[in-house]
Amino acid sequence: MTDAGSAGARGPAGAAGQLPRLLALVPYLLSRPGVRVAEVAATFGITEDRLRKDLNLLWVCGLPGHGPGDLIDVEFEGDTVTLLEPAGVTRPLRLTVDEALALIVALRALAATPGLSEHDAVDRALAKVEQAAGAAAGAAARVEISVEGEQRVLPVVRAALQDRRRLHLSYHVPGRDETTERDVDPLRLLLVEGRSYLEGWCRKAESVRLFRLDRVDAVQVLDLPAEPPPGVRSRDLSQGLFRPGPDDLLVTLALRPAAAWVADYHPCESVTESADGSLVVRLRTRDTGWVRRLALRLGEQGRVLAPAALADEVRADAARALAAYRE
Amino acid sequence: MQANLAAVSAKKTERLLNLVICLLATRRFMSVHEIRAAVPGYEQDTEESSRRMFERDKEELRELGIPLETGTNSAAHDDEPGYRIARRDYELPDITLAPDEAAALGLAARLWQSAPLASATGSALLKLAAAGVDAPVVPAALEPRVGASEPAFEGCLRAVRDGRSLSFRYRASGRTAPEPRRVDPWGVVSWRGRWYLVGWDGDRAAERVFRLSRVVGAVTATGEAGTVVVPAGVDLRATAERMARDEPHLTARVSLRPGAGWELRRAATATADDPERAGWSIVDVGFSDPERFADRIAGYGADAVVHGPAPARAAVIARLRGLAS
Repeated sequence: MTDAGSAGARGPAGAAGQLPRLLALVPYLLSRPGVRVAEVAATFGITEDRLRKDLNLLWVCGLPGHGPGDLIDVEFEGDTVTLLEPAGVTRPLRLTVDEALALIVALRALAATPGLSEHDAVDRALAKVEQAAGAAAGAAARVEISVEGEQRVLPVVRAALQDRRRLHLSYHVPGRDETTERDVDPLRLLLVEGRSYLEGWCRKAESVRLFRLDRVDAVQVLDLPAEPPPGVRSRDLSQGLFRPGPDDLLVTLALRPAAAWVADYHPCESVTESADGSLVVRLRTRDTGWVRRLALRLGEQGRVLAPAALADEVRADAARALAAYRE
Repeated sequence: MQANLAAVSAKKTERLLNLVICLLATRRFMSVHEIRAAVPGYEQDTEESSRRMFERDKEELRELGIPLETGTNSAAHDDEPGYRIARRDYELPDITLAPDEAAALGLAARLWQSAPLASATGSALLKLAAAGVDAPVVPAALEPRVGASEPAFEGCLRAVRDGRSLSFRYRASGRTAPEPRRVDPWGVVSWRGRWYLVGWDGDRAAERVFRLSRVVGAVTATGEAGTVVVPAGVDLRATAERMARDEPHLTARVSLRPGAGWELRRAATATADDPERAGWSIVDVGFSDPERFADRIAGYGADAVVHGPAPARAAVIARLRGLAS
């Protein structure tokens, strides 16, 4: 947020980034005599070469007078390093408001996530961090993250992950409005976008799938080991939770302003806005049932432009549904 | 050129580090004149240029959160004001974490996925490591993540943090053109992966919740820091949960085709067989707003039929008519 905010361990180099690192490096080394150079570099997120440059700079800094006893003194032995003289920099700097906020808000989010077994440890860590942050902790009260855990299913999934066991799920697929039975080899548990998901190798679909825990009807740990095929990879979530594939059906929707939220909630290939605020969006989906449901929900606020067959299906769905009200 | 810049930047870091060490060590306030004599890097310049240099350095240290104290050593005569760093204000207090506490912190530290809070997390963890907290063993198979891809996030967060008013252009739901808003921000809330700003809308004289993805263009902080006072009793989490739940106070009766309407069945307060349709069920479900209820129902198409109350039934019929014609 300020220079301080962006000058983190993995932030840019230069004076703004280097000084906070050096001020942490001195007490870090002081508390760990004989620490391995590689470990220090890894902790600080820098190369060993960069670390040596940092240490060379420390060497010429110290108390006024800058005589032999006044300077910071560092000793290398093999691949380890020991700090002999800290020149008074014996403790790290206090947390900034941004730093305190980042840690405290994150801990509070975990503390408020139902179904996590770490609550007790989270609460204790939170109390200690708040204490250490002092006045800097105040702003953290202004930021809240709500994560919907899942009291019932989440602990079972975690136990299966820990013990590497296969799960049986009764899972509701909203696009088809049906409950499916499947065996899943769990890979990881995600608390993403405010909800909890199991990522696992679905033995029915024979691919990696995400299961939203609040859509799990029933879960059972099987007496079988989890055996995802070798080389199966977790999804890269940096581009969002759901990334449509290139083979998915391309759908074009016209959205009036009241339905513009659709573009916020679903990854779109393109969004074209006209002057009155209505949108034309193109998105990919492998599940036309989902699009039909969406179109029915939107009513006159949204219309399927293409493919034409899908637009006809929506019209037919609506006519069938309407018939029930004419009885 | 690159090497040159690096050398200049290393010189500056060296000067700033020596300055911090010097001001931490002194108990007396040190004038700029004394600092110039004691800290390498200031001495080559004229007194005036070293003063300007010190002013810039001072700001930089304050931005890093280094508490520079200003004062004079004696009240008796017109001493030039001097500077020092009080150890108790500078130093992170003692903190030790049990292994499970460190693991909890390590888990929490994974939460932030984007700037600026991801880098603030990184530098905070370094300070804790420097205080002797060992790197935690974090459970590998659990990943909490919160993104903040909304361009308005950083500006709103900063204003909330600093207690400053905000102005921005906002496209309200269902509106065509963005409108200017002036808001005293009380907090930011993430719910289902989206960030919201909670605050007092000055033009409407009412509490409002803004979705950050609907903010158009830049947010501008106005007014001095600390001028926004959050009223007692404002509960951001309660606001988030209010958004989440849409507290139902009405009950609708809905017929469901066999196997259909899973989410409605789960939310039902009562379930019975439908006397008119063989195999179908009748469920009672809570709702608050007929239009939002119609959103939920219309998606089921012919698999769900609303019996009442009349406004809910009418809202569903209107929606289907618009589509069928």
